[in-house]
Amino acid sequence: RAYVFGEDVKFGGVFRCTSGLADAFGTHRVFNTPLCEQGLVGFGIGLAAMGNRAIAEIQFGDYIFPAFDQATAKFRYRSGNAFNCGGLTVRSPYGAVGHGGHYHSQSPEAFFCHVPGLKVVIPRNPSQAKGLLLASIRDPNPVIFFEPKWLYRLSVDEVPEGDYMLPLSKAEVIREGTDITLVAWGAQLAVMQQACAEAEKEGISCELIDLRTLIPWDKELVEASVNKTGKLIVSHEAPVTGGFGAEIAATIAERCFLRLEAPIARVCGLDTPFPLVFEPFYMPTANKVSMA
Amino acid sequence: MLDFPGAKAAFTSRMEFISPNAAEAVPCFRILDDLGRALDGSDIPEIDSSLAVKMYHTMVRLQTFDSIFYEAQRQGRISFYLTNIGEEALNVASAAALTKDDVVFPQYREHGVLMWRGFTLDEFANQCFSNEDGHGKGRQMPIHYGSEKLNYFTISSPIATQLPHAVGAAYGLKMDRKNACAVTYFGDGGSSEGDFHAACNFAAVLEAPVLFVCRNNGYAISTPACEQYKGKHAIQLLAGRGYGMTSIRVDGNDALAVFKAVSAARKLAVEQSKPVLIEAMTYRVGHHSTSDDSTKYRSGEEIAHWRSVRDPVLRFRRWLESNAWWSVEDEKELRGAARKEVISAMNQAEKKNKPPLSELFTDVYDTLPRNLLEQEATLRDTVSKNPPSLAPH
Repeated sequence: RAYVFGEDVKFGGVFRCTSGLADAFGTHRVFNTPLCEQGLVGFGIGLAAMGNRAIAEIQFGDYIFPAFDQATAKFRYRSGNAFNCGGLTVRSPYGAVGHGGHYHSQSPEAFFCHVPGLKVVIPRNPSQAKGLLLASIRDPNPVIFFEPKWLYRLSVDEVPEGDYMLPLSKAEVIREGTDITLVAWGAQLAVMQQACAEAEKEGISCELIDLRTLIPWDKELVEASVNKTGKLIVSHEAPVTGGFGAEIAATIAERCFLRLEAPIARVCGLDTPFPLVFEPFYMPTANKVSMA
Repeated sequence: MLDFPGAKAAFTSRMEFISPNAAEAVPCFRILDDLGRALDGSDIPEIDSSLAVKMYHTMVRLQTFDSIFYEAQRQGRISFYLTNIGEEALNVASAAALTKDDVVFPQYREHGVLMWRGFTLDEFANQCFSNEDGHGKGRQMPIHYGSEKLNYFTISSPIATQLPHAVGAAYGLKMDRKNACAVTYFGDGGSSEGDFHAACNFAAVLEAPVLFVCRNNGYAISTPACEQYKGKHAIQLLAGRGYGMTSIRVDGNDALAVFKAVSAARKLAVEQSKPVLIEAMTYRVGHHSTSDDSTKYRSGEEIAHWRSVRDPVLRFRRWLESNAWWSVEDEKELRGAARKEVISAMNQAEKKNKPPLSELFTDVYDTLPRNLLEQEATLRDTVSKNPPSLAPH
């Protein structure tokens, strides 16, 4: 009772994510919708409310905004748990791709992190994506699953066959260290890895954490790491002001105040719309992270 | 014929723009005249006396509830209320034409549909008083009813957001091969929302068995229909021919016409997996809600006219009387009984406790995440150190 739908999903989707599904499962279960984000997310809510797994695709995260009203996740709460749309998962590509400009590069995760009742999940590579996506689809809450489009073609990974899930709301330490904690998600982790490698050459031991689920987020793991290192950098492509890094910084400042040896730093996108020709300057590059 | 992917059409050498007023306004289907008499040539639907009387009972009970609870808000006993006055026939007759397996996605002025399905006066009252037995656990304003058992999705304030939900649900029903459709209600104002256009288009393209019932009651709060849409065809033709959907315009104050049209529409939707739009013309006799004074934007005479001469409940009653299915004594007895029952439900509901504080935090997710567990603990701590007026139970 699972359905996959969205714009251009039937032939395989603009990023080939849904290739072969229509042939395998039939066009009543894998289908195109008219070009309307508010319609397709609303439709997904209705399908999910009837007990189905509705997997909606928003073609680019940049176009998710018309669906924002539909996505505000009060379905279970307002009905006193008589109804819910937990079967809904909204997948959408996000993030810089090198040439995307204003409308093919955005990172809208922060807007959704402010919605009680939603989960926001972002994988860093294909094997993580499979486990996290299966977990998201099966989670009994509506999930927004942002896929780093930069990695669609770039990322090569050994993905286990068979069914497996990775836990939501559990961050992962992907590089252990002792001098400083770095937190990021999605494509930004590759940038952070670079910065960590550079820092190591100068004798700085970095602990790198992939947050994986942004809400509800794994405060305990990050707190434990900062208690070990005493320093924190958070990094994301989205503009720094009001970005999700602010939530992490405020929470860790509250929890680790007496342990911190330096102010928490955020290395993020600038407070501008995502520029085309200026992209290299806009982005939170490894240089900027290293300097922080 | 020219065949583009977008359309197959005959060609013409004459450049001719199509005027929006080219065709006649779509006529409005009715069976009873304003005095409740069957019009010549009418085909009365099959309604026996017990069904008709049950429909009338529900309309009267709805009217009574509305009147008493409106006053209760005025007296400060509940925080908010909105009435269905003028739309009782539309509510009840449309509901009577559906089965209990059809899933309803209401806007907020369809309490009669829920009442028909079996929501009790206690259940209505509990929600309005936000007590521990009320639907929604006290989280929403009064009148935001819902019932899983009765297939009536919880009301929410934003306009027209339920329309695409209904389409998705209908699609699910079709795929599950259920003998049921989705039915969604909205007003003339709702037809301006993007979600309306999205839903109509999706329903037609994806072939979803959903009924779109527009309660065109002439006003969206203070905004009259003439400021809501242009052209005489309005909602019916727009959504119908515009989106490729079967449609009809009906006199929403004629219970028999509504019953017949909705019955036929439901059959079409379920048998052919197609959406149908029903534009039911009616009039919102009451104010938008207890937060509104409609005399500020319409005349008292207009309101009085529709409240009295055009009252759909009275109109239906006259038809019942003409069949000798109802009498003055029956009326007196019903009105008295309804009033007693509503007042009793109100008093009971008012006495009950409010929901426990824990319900502030539950149902945000299926289980409580850590941030909410922490916030609940912090809140309880704050409350325990503060005066009793903040104390939960």
